[in-house]
Amino acid sequence: MTVTGAQTETVAPRRPDRRGVELSGAEIVVQALVDEGVEFVFGYPGGAVLHIYDALFREETVKHILVRHEQGATHAADGYARATGKCGVCLVTSGPGATNAVTGIATAFMDSIPMVILTGQVPTPVIGSDAFQEVDTVGITRPCVKHNFLVKDVRDLATTIRKAFYIATTGRPGPVVVDIPKDVTDPNIKIPYDEPGEITLRSYHPVIKGHPGQIRRAVDLLRQAKRPIFYTGGGVVLGDASEQLTELVRATGFPITSTLMGLGAFPMTDPQFIGMLGMHGTYEANMAMHETDVLIAIGARFDDRVTGKIEHFCPHAQIIHVDVDPSSISKTVKVHVPIVGQVGNVLAEMLKLYRQQVPAGTGTPLTDWWAQIAEWRARDCLAYDRNSAAIKPQFAVETLYKVTSGDLYLTSDVGQHQMFAAQFYPFDKPRRWINSGGLGTMGFGLPAAMGVQLAFPDAQVACISGEASILMCIQELATCLQYGLPLKIILLNNGYMGMVRQWQEFFYESRYSHSYVDALPDFVKLAESFGHVGMRVDRPADLEAAMNEAFAMRDRLVFMDVIVDPTENVYPMIAAGKGQHEMHLAPSHADRELA
Amino acid sequence: MRHIIAVLLENEAGALSRVAGLFSARGYNIESLTVAPTDDPTLSRMTLVTTGHDDVVEQIKKQLNKLIDTVKLLDLSEGPHIEREMMLIKVRAERADREELKRLTEIFRAKIIDVTDTSYVIELTGASKKLDAFIDAVPEGLIVEVVRSGPTGIARGEKGLSV
Ligand SMILES: Cc1cc2nc3c(=O)[nH]c(=O)nc-3n(C[C@H](O)[C@H](O)[C@H](O)COP(=O)(O)OP(=O)(O)OC[C@H]3O[C@@H](n4cnc5c(N)ncnc54)[C@H](O)[C@@H]3O)c2cc1C
Ligand SMILES: Cc1ncc(C[n+]2csc(CCOP(=O)(O)OP(=O)(O)O)c2C)c(N)n1
Ligand SMILES: [Mg+2]
Repeated sequence: MTVTGAQTETVAPRRPDRRGVELSGAEIVVQALVDEGVEFVFGYPGGAVLHIYDALFREETVKHILVRHEQGATHAADGYARATGKCGVCLVTSGPGATNAVTGIATAFMDSIPMVILTGQVPTPVIGSDAFQEVDTVGITRPCVKHNFLVKDVRDLATTIRKAFYIATTGRPGPVVVDIPKDVTDPNIKIPYDEPGEITLRSYHPVIKGHPGQIRRAVDLLRQAKRPIFYTGGGVVLGDASEQLTELVRATGFPITSTLMGLGAFPMTDPQFIGMLGMHGTYEANMAMHETDVLIAIGARFDDRVTGKIEHFCPHAQIIHVDVDPSSISKTVKVHVPIVGQVGNVLAEMLKLYRQQVPAGTGTPLTDWWAQIAEWRARDCLAYDRNSAAIKPQFAVETLYKVTSGDLYLTSDVGQHQMFAAQFYPFDKPRRWINSGGLGTMGFGLPAAMGVQLAFPDAQVACISGEASILMCIQELATCLQYGLPLKIILLNNGYMGMVRQWQEFFYESRYSHSYVDALPDFVKLAESFGHVGMRVDRPADLEAAMNEAFAMRDRLVFMDVIVDPTENVYPMIAAGKGQHEMHLAPSHADRELA
Repeated sequence: MRHIIAVLLENEAGALSRVAGLFSARGYNIESLTVAPTDDPTLSRMTLVTTGHDDVVEQIKKQLNKLIDTVKLLDLSEGPHIEREMMLIKVRAERADREELKRLTEIFRAKIIDVTDTSYVIELTGASKKLDAFIDAVPEGLIVEVVRSGPTGIARGEKGLSV
C-alpha cells in the first residue's frame, strides 16, 4: 500500500519550498510538521527539546499551544483529533515531560485516536547512563502506543516523522511516539532537507476493502433477519462513515443502538435509534440485544461495559462484525460473519448489494419486532423526578441541549455526569461527543475542549464535568485565557465522586469510603482568579436563563458551577458480571413520590 | 494445543521487546522463543512456541501480526514442517559411566564435544521430544547442566517464508 503523509494532499504548501536547503534536526522537525499540514502543536518546553523550541520561535505555519501540564497537551491534541479527524500533535520534553504525557497517550490508544507525540530524549551518547531527565520513553510507552520510534540519526528524522503520521492515521488509528535525542536536533549539524515522498512499509498493510464473499453472506443474513439490530461503535466515527451507516440503516428499517464511542454517527433523534447500549444503556437497547437473531456489529469492539457477562450476550444471534482490525474480531465474542475492512467501504458495498436484492419498499416491515421494542420503550427507563427541588443532573443536560439547540461540541470528564450527558444529549452528528471511553480518564474534558475550540473557533464548545474530575486538569484554565478559548464548563457539582459513590451505595452497603470530595474550592472564585467568568446555579428554575446567559458570552470562558442533587444515580445499570438483560432500573417515578 | 509460530520481524532495536511485552501484557503463554538475523540482515526470524485454546492462539497470531515490526507470520503447526532444537548437556562422566554415556550418544546420534577426566559436554540436535528422551535416558544423578536453544522450525516443501 502506498499513501502520502496523511494530511499533505489537502494542504497547499504555505511557505517557500525548502527542498535541498540545509536544515538542522530541529528545523527538520518543524519542517516535517509543516509538510504534514499540522495546524497546532500542543506542548511544553524543557531541556531536551530546547533546540526544537528555538526552531519554533516565531514559527507561524505551525501554531504552538503552550499548555500548563503535559497531560493537558495530550488530551488537547486528542480532542482536536476527535473533533476534526486529523492527527493530533504534541511536543514534550524528556523524563517528566514524557511521563506526564503517558496518561494522555494511553487515553488516545484505548480509543484509537490518531496522534503523534514528539518527546525529547537525552543525547544519544548518554542514553542508558541514568542521565538527567532520562527515562526509557520507548519502553514506558510501548504497551500504550500503536508504534514508537527512537531516532538516533538526524538523517532518519524526516522519514521517521512521516512514518509516524502514516501509521497513526491509517488502519486502526492510534498514537505514535517519536523519541528524539537532543543531539539529533543539534542546530550546528545541518543536512540537506529532502521532503520524504510516499511511505511504504513492507510490514504494514492496513486493509481497506471487505471480502466480497463475506459481504454477500452478511447481506443474506440481513434479508432473513426477523429481529435484527445494528450495534455500532467508535469505528464508524473514526472511519467517517456516518453517511454510509445512516443510508444502510434507513434502507433496512432496522433498529440501531450505539456504544458510548459511536454516539452521533447515526442521528440519535431518529426513531430508529433506540439509545445507547451497555452498562448504562437503555432498557430497550439491551433487551433488543438480548433477543436479536441477527446482530450487525460495525466498528465496535465488544467491550465488557457492553457485553456484560459474555455467556448471556446475544444468546440467539448470528453475528456479523465489520472491523478494520482483525484482532478486534472474535476477541471476546465469537462471530459468524467476520468482515475485515474500512467501515465506510464495507457499508457502501453492503448497501449496494442490499438494494439490489431488496428494492426499496419490498423489505419485511418487522412489525412484531418493532412492536416488541415499543413495549420495552414504554418502560421509559430514563425517567427521573422532574419535580425535584434540587437540580437533577439529567435536567441540567436536557437544559444544555435546549439552550444549545443540539448544536454543540461536548467534551466530558469521567463519572456520572458523563453517563447523563450520553443519555440525555442526543447528538445528531458524529465527532460532537468527545469523551474518554476505554481508559476512562478523569481530567480529559477540559483540555480536550481546548483542542476542539482551537479547531473550530466559532463553534459552541462545552465541557461537562464533575467537581472531582475538573480538578485533575484545572491548570488548563490558564491556557484557555492565554489563547482566548471561550469554552463553557458545565460542572455538575454533586459533592461526590458520584460514580464511585453509586457503586458504594449498590455494592458496599452505602459505605462511602473516600468518595466525598471534602474541602472543595469555590469554583466561581477559582474561575475568576484565572480571568474567566464564574457562575453558580442551584435552583432548577434559574438554570435555563443562566445557561442562556453563559452561551451568549461568545468570547468568554464561563465556568458554571451547577449544584445538583448529591444522591442521584445513573439508571439503568447492569452490575459487573450480570447479563445484559439483567438491568437495575430506577425506582419508578411513582415509588419515589410515595417514599 | 501446542503451536510453533515463525515470524519475520524487522531487525530493529526493540522489535524483540515488542513481542515479549505483548505476551506478558496480554497474559499469553510462551514456552520458548528464539530469534536471530537471517540472510537478509534487515530481517530477524523468530520462532516461538505457545500453547492455548484455539481462540487464544488465533488472538496471539492476530496480535503478533498487528505489531508494526512484523513482516510475515506463519503457524508452522498448521502444515507439515520440521522442528529442530539444539541442546548442550554437561554430564558427570566418571570412569564407570563413560561407556554408557558414549553408547547413549551414539544411539541418539549426538556428539561429545568437550571431554575432561570427569565430564562430557554432549551436543544433540533434534525434535524437542528427542531431547527430552535423551535427558530421561541419562542415568540418574549424572546431569550437571542443560542448555537448550528452544525449537526453531521450517515448513516442508518448496515454498519459503520470505518477503
Ligand atoms: C464510566 C464509564 C461508563 C461506561 N459505560 C458504557 C456503557 O454503558 N455503554 C458503552 O457502550 N460504553 C460504556 N463505556 C465505554 C466503554 O468502556 C468502551 O470505551 C466502549 O464501549 C467501546 O466502544 P466501541 O466498542 O465503540 O469501541 P472503540 O474503542 O471506539 O473502538 C472502535 C473499534 O472500531 C474499529 N475501527 C476503528 N476505525 C475503523 C474503521 N475505519 N473501519 C472499521 N473499523 C474501525 C477499531 O478497530 C475498534 O475495534 C463507559 C466508559 C466509562 C468511562
Ligand atoms: C484518573 C482517574 N482516577 C480515578 C478514576 C475512577 N473514577 C471514575 S469516576 C470517578 C468519580 C468522578 O467524580 P466526579 O468528577 O465528581 O463525577 P460524578 O461521578 O460525580 O459526576 C472516579 C474517582 C478515574 N476514572 N480516572
Ligand atoms: Mg461529582
